[in-house]
Amino acid sequence: MDYTFQFAELLPYTSLIVDGLLWTVALTLITTFLGCLLGTLGAAARAGQHKFLKHAVGIYVELIRNTPFIVQLFFIFFGLPSIGIKLNAWEAGLLAMVINLGAYSTEIIRAGIEATPKGQLEAARTLGLSRVQTFIRVVLPPALQKIYPALTSQCIIVMLGSAVLSQISVQELTFAANFIQSRNFLSFEVYLVVALLYLLLAILMRQLFKAVHYYAFPNLRARK
Amino acid sequence: MSEFTDWDILRNLLLAARWTVALSLIAFAGGTLVGLSLTFMQISGRAVLVRITRLYIELFQGTPLLMQLFLVFFGISLFGIDVSPWTAAALALTLFSSAYLTEIWRGCIESIPRGQWEASRCLGLSYFEIMRHIILPQALRVAVPPTVGFSVQIVKGTALASIIGFVELTKAGTMLNNATFEPFKVFGFVALIYFLLCYPLSVASRMLERKLHATG
Repeated sequence: MDYTFQFAELLPYTSLIVDGLLWTVALTLITTFLGCLLGTLGAAARAGQHKFLKHAVGIYVELIRNTPFIVQLFFIFFGLPSIGIKLNAWEAGLLAMVINLGAYSTEIIRAGIEATPKGQLEAARTLGLSRVQTFIRVVLPPALQKIYPALTSQCIIVMLGSAVLSQISVQELTFAANFIQSRNFLSFEVYLVVALLYLLLAILMRQLFKAVHYYAFPNLRARK
Repeated sequence: MSEFTDWDILRNLLLAARWTVALSLIAFAGGTLVGLSLTFMQISGRAVLVRITRLYIELFQGTPLLMQLFLVFFGISLFGIDVSPWTAAALALTLFSSAYLTEIWRGCIESIPRGQWEASRCLGLSYFEIMRHIILPQALRVAVPPTVGFSVQIVKGTALASIIGFVELTKAGTMLNNATFEPFKVFGFVALIYFLLCYPLSVASRMLERKLHATG
């Protein structure tokens, strides 16, 4: 292989890459928050009494989990305008990410909820807690603790999936990479650097989740 | 632009779906081969081999599949080899799935209690005899449901091959959309076909898990 790598050629584009990185981080943070919220609501509906809601959420989860993210994205960005829902690239991208994470986290959190011993529910009800109070105070905290590692991995997978948003011209990290390689044709160098940035982001995210875990569940600290 | 009837759209998408299936099968077969070697490297207990495998898994699970596709696609051509999108996609998906499969299978093998290793050793069985007669038959049962479940991720992963220009289901959808300007219908069909490919696998994975839990 007589090829010399030219990583120095990327330096003029540093600010572009940093901008893209920040957008990826912003999209991920918003998605993590909204997606987990949607997942909690979805899991509550799955565990609840309401028949119609239960099935509707079930269909939503199966539809999203069995189709590729890029097709969901194209459907939202290109397809929805024809029934009158017009979204710009950012909104479509964010919506697709939230809907995607929402489906996966519904399934993950539901698994945690199902592990709640029946006696705890009965005890809470006997103590006079309402259905909603029981869910928020008795069922949810231990359920979240149990499935926390799975939820962490899923949020990281969604962050990595956000690379696809470049295809509808959302100017995140991969979009920056595509733009730079279209200018200087150093595709391998650019994508290598950006891939390592994603790796860094994934590692940092895992640490951040660990830190949140430390403060959110103080009862687990003593076990170390 | 009304030369495309619904049937034309669907027929073209179904024809393209064959490539999605072919790519998935190749990625799964390749991923199994590479993944098996990596699994044995990881359970060998040799520090160097374990560390190499860990790094490999970390790299492929910590970067977007899209980046892996780009790096394989543009990386191979640096060697002066003209690589087709088809080869690049097959190779990248093989590497991607092998990382995940290794992680799944290692867990399955490690789920067999250590006492069984020790007992087999005491009975005078060699490493290969233990693997062949004691560990693998049990680990295989545990491994089937999550492996089938992961195959769904492979099928969905092939959609990204459309970005480097490989004409499979998603790319065909994009092209048909450009010709018909009916994105709602076209991408609706595309999603439906993916669903029909993936949903049976998801259900099978869940059923197998329940069955093995009941008897195992």
